Amino acid sequence: MNLESPSRLQKILSKGEFAVTAECGPPRGANPDVVLKKAELLKGCADAVNITDNQTAIVRMSSISASVHVMKAGLEPVMQMVVRDRNRIALQSDILGAWSLGIKNILCLSGDHQTFGSQPEALNVFDIDSMNLLRLVKDMRDEGRDMSGFELDGPPRMFIGAAANPFADPFEYRVVRLAKKIDAGADFIQTQCIYNMDRFKKWMKLINEEGLTEKVYILAGVMPLKSAGMARYMKNKVAGMDIPDDIIKRMEGVPKEKAAQEGISLCIEQIAELRQIKGIHGIHLMAIEWEDKVKGIVEKAGLYPRPEID
Amino acid sequence: MIVGEQKPVAEIKSIIEPYKKILILGCNTCVKTCFAGGEDEVAVLGSALRLAFKKQGENKHIEEFTIERQCEDEFIHEAASRIAENDAVLSLACGAGVQAIAKRFANVPVLPGVNTTFIGIQESQGVFTEECCGCGNCDLAIFGGICPVTRCAKKLLNGPCGGSQNGKCEVNPDTDCAWQLIIDRLTRLGQLDNLRAYIPPKNWRTGLAGGPRKLVREDHII
Repeated sequence: MNLESPSRLQKILSKGEFAVTAECGPPRGANPDVVLKKAELLKGCADAVNITDNQTAIVRMSSISASVHVMKAGLEPVMQMVVRDRNRIALQSDILGAWSLGIKNILCLSGDHQTFGSQPEALNVFDIDSMNLLRLVKDMRDEGRDMSGFELDGPPRMFIGAAANPFADPFEYRVVRLAKKIDAGADFIQTQCIYNMDRFKKWMKLINEEGLTEKVYILAGVMPLKSAGMARYMKNKVAGMDIPDDIIKRMEGVPKEKAAQEGISLCIEQIAELRQIKGIHGIHLMAIEWEDKVKGIVEKAGLYPRPEID
Repeated sequence: MIVGEQKPVAEIKSIIEPYKKILILGCNTCVKTCFAGGEDEVAVLGSALRLAFKKQGENKHIEEFTIERQCEDEFIHEAASRIAENDAVLSLACGAGVQAIAKRFANVPVLPGVNTTFIGIQESQGVFTEECCGCGNCDLAIFGGICPVTRCAKKLLNGPCGGSQNGKCEVNPDTDCAWQLIIDRLTRLGQLDNLRAYIPPKNWRTGLAGGPRKLVREDHII
């Protein structure tokens, strides 16, 4: 891991503090107020916030510009970058630009396929994959060179993140894939939302045995459920999501008006359980369009206030 | 083979509308195998078009002829006299065949009757699947004979995305996840270690990104 990188998130993690990241989806429009409002709600609750990159393949304000908006509001962004929409030339150029604007964290992703979005007739790019993206950001940072080998005037010293989904198949290969991502350049990992705790623990056991948690920071993904309907929808419709029946039953077992509170309670219990697992260095709290609940969850989870870092 | 699908009769009808004398030209190789443009399809389409035009009181001359391959001069010559006698050619070959005919006959409009879909195989009777995208730099040796460039919806070279579940692709539950197939096969072959290595970004210069490709075989040029 490159300790020179001056990201706040990296400082928190390297100090051994239990990190909290949250998520902030840019708006479907050019109005920055939406981002600033979300940032205001998340301020002080998270060490950094992920700024999604046209998530679910729906056109939104770019992750670079929304990252700049949240920085103005006093939050540190984790700029997400997908390889779906940009070729290697555009990706490298945007990474240089992002660093020049003060963006210090990047999360390298493949991206949701465009057929899930609002413009399924679009041509995708996928010039390189997320593994290649990790390597190119690392090479830019550590070697100071772009993919052509050209020496950069001012290398972008990004703190590099990757995603991992222990709930996708084939299960055993997920450990190999994580190892590859670490080798390629990942400093930290944010996982898919965890509901199937048994499977997650099994994956953590395997990656602990391989020594991978010594090489990378793992931020466990959690997402509070708003209703039983949301749980069922995610189980059946969202790719790569694994929600066991007992969680759905629990959400169905409370009256509708109390479902949101139940979802939040469940989330707080999950965070407590995750903190007990060896090799977990923080949580990534995805309260999508529910940013006003983040503070309460972080408080009740005993993770508030966030540590001061100079 | 090159897999293609015949265009709907209504579309073909509107494409050939301006012409009085039309030659439907079939191709008896790839598009015959995928039931799009061989001798049988030429006959069926010819009948359908004659009937359709007759119903609207139009008398068009529709001639049928099929050659072995529209992409080779050797066979194209066989159609020369018939092409000369008609106002237009409706080619039921793949896009390469249509263009080969257009190249040889400068004064005759050559119209496509088939949508060329992909390079593939007949997986089972009547079911065709894409297997190769002609990237010009084959890495099937690493991937156990299953191509992720063609068969993974995200062209991933370093393992499956987070959307692979129960062996299926997140983009279409009817499509097998290419990466699940690759991992299963390499496991059987005892070559799973192939996937531990980092695969660098693909060089697309040998693919269509490098512009239209040309293969020159000096050893065959006389």
